[in-house]
Amino acid sequence: MAVVETRNLTKVFKQGELGAVNNVNLKTREGEFLVFLGPSGSGKTTLLRMIAGLEMPTAGEILIGDQVVNHLAPRERRIAMVFQSYALYPHLSVYKNIAFPLKAQKVKKELHKEKVEWAASLLGISSLLHRKPRELSGGERQRVALARAIVREPSVFLLDEPLSNLDAKLRLSAREELERFHRRIGTTTIYVTHDQVEAMAMGDRIVVLNKGVVHHFGTPKEVYDEPADTFVATFLGSPPMNLIENGDVIVGFRPEHFRLSETLDEAKVTFKFHVENVEYLGAEYILSGSLLGGRFEGKEVIARLLLGHAYEPGTTYEFAVPERHLKFFDRSTEKRVEARALTWQ
Amino acid sequence: MMKTGFREHGSRITKGLVLFISTVLLAFPFYWMLIATFKQNLDLYTVENNPFILNAKPTLDHLRLLFNETRYVRWLGNTALVGVIVVVITLLLAIPAAYALTRLAGRWGQRLGIGIFLTYLVPPTLLFIPLSRVVALLGLQDTIWSVVLVYPSFTVPFSIWLLMAFFKSIPRELEDAAMVDGLTRFGAFVKMVIPISISGILTVVIFTFTLVTQEFVYALTFISPESQQMVGVGIPIFLVRGDVYFWGSLMAACLIASLPIAFLYNLFLDRFIAGFTVGAIK
Ligand SMILES: Nc1ncnc2c1ncn2[C@@H]1O[C@H](COP(=O)(O)OP(=O)(O)O)[C@@H](O)[C@H]1O
Ligand SMILES: [Mg+2]
Repeated sequence: MAVVETRNLTKVFKQGELGAVNNVNLKTREGEFLVFLGPSGSGKTTLLRMIAGLEMPTAGEILIGDQVVNHLAPRERRIAMVFQSYALYPHLSVYKNIAFPLKAQKVKKELHKEKVEWAASLLGISSLLHRKPRELSGGERQRVALARAIVREPSVFLLDEPLSNLDAKLRLSAREELERFHRRIGTTTIYVTHDQVEAMAMGDRIVVLNKGVVHHFGTPKEVYDEPADTFVATFLGSPPMNLIENGDVIVGFRPEHFRLSETLDEAKVTFKFHVENVEYLGAEYILSGSLLGGRFEGKEVIARLLLGHAYEPGTTYEFAVPERHLKFFDRSTEKRVEARALTWQ
Repeated sequence: MMKTGFREHGSRITKGLVLFISTVLLAFPFYWMLIATFKQNLDLYTVENNPFILNAKPTLDHLRLLFNETRYVRWLGNTALVGVIVVVITLLLAIPAAYALTRLAGRWGQRLGIGIFLTYLVPPTLLFIPLSRVVALLGLQDTIWSVVLVYPSFTVPFSIWLLMAFFKSIPRELEDAAMVDGLTRFGAFVKMVIPISISGILTVVIFTFTLVTQEFVYALTFISPESQQMVGVGIPIFLVRGDVYFWGSLMAACLIASLPIAFLYNLFLDRFIAGFTVGAIK
């Protein structure tokens, strides 16, 4: 097991253009499940590939287990990687796919069978060993890729969107399986995803990336409740945080904190909420509409409410947000700032 | 129900018909060569005879002429030897070049690839004069080594171009995975890229070998002694004397020379087709 650290890590693909990864500093903990979260094109894969040694950094250092590994080839870094496409070797059987790293790293031949069977049974694919990758379903392929990754007992796991090729239902069960799997083997894991739900559910900590820059690095709770800037605030949460401009700050509040005023008996800010659309999602409503009156006339907002009260589109309600749930961001830098008293009318 | 039944039936008939016609078209030349090989000259030249069957007793005269009075076996041997050597040279040059152009050279690789392919379009009728200077300078004229030197000049560009398409269809992540799993880049190339693109490599082998057996202009210009001939030149030169065509022997020679190639094609037919439909495979 090992700790991965990056120092001012930067990757510029085309000189003169903005880097794909810019000045990234982060450090995992021993045995941690760290998630890189960001929209497509935010540099997650590039960052991961640099850690793996598949991409040469333009600047900065990578440390694995307190050792600078910049000059080491991928095979010398004691890592295992699962690719988005799984990258199973199409001409080899599942058994040979899993045994491949052992063979490539010249592990004694007598040990192969035992190790392959151990990895296969851990992932429940013992019955598939003689098949070729093309004869497997998406979920099975993903397990083979994982089995191939663990078989050599690496010190770090790198996973690049390993669930994005699965259908929604399978993704949920595969996610739980991965979590259980990580708890069991306890290897430091870096997991890349663009799916904030996945990130929140799986990560011990989350690195939120956009345009190659780390916007926030913290636990799921920190990232969700105390977003470092407006990008993090809107990228996490579905529907995203409502943002309204008020003077020289931007004020944000989550849809689930925007409720009927009469149900809140604490310090609060009230708005007239004209509901334009009501989505019934079984366990909750999603109301979208706009604010009426005052300075925020016409500002579009979303509310997320538990069942219990019926809402009609076209009606105006008195809504409110508890003051303690208001987040404040500087209007020019979009960074989080201290809570402050504002005039609301 | 009825409609689809009819349609299925109809399409099966069409399929069968197409298959039948193409089989006849392809097999007919072989049949023609076969019967001409065993026809007596009188039978062959009598216009009233049905040309599609043997009208008189079969004869071995033509084969005897071919094997006893020409150096046919030697030509076959020359051709096979040149074929094998040129295939090896082509593979040794084209595989690394194609890989480097697709994976390592970036955008320039693409342009260079097109440039290399363009050289393939220069016809040998333009090139044989300057090339004969080269051959003479090296003292290779009248030996099979002259064509061993010259053939790769067009087999290599084409093969590079074909293999580039092949290598491009192999996901980069496969090599990356192999490198993370413990191989060097070269190891990943040898253990991943080559086995996966075996169809493309076989296509190159067959293509090169076929070109070597059928090439005419260079073989004719650079080689004159009977013992050094390639089969494609030896047959028309030594079995057409003045205006006398030794049809029976000609047909026998062609049949024997084409059988191994036809056999090779059939052996690797599936992979060969895959070779020309890259991109459709994953
Ligand atoms: N090999 C490459 N050459 C040039 N640009 C690249 C290359 N790989 C990635 N990029 C660019 O770098 C940026 C980040 O890409 P990537 O790391 O794949 O993002 P993500 O994985 O978050 O979707 C993108 O703008 C992408 O176009
Ligand atoms: Mg990616």
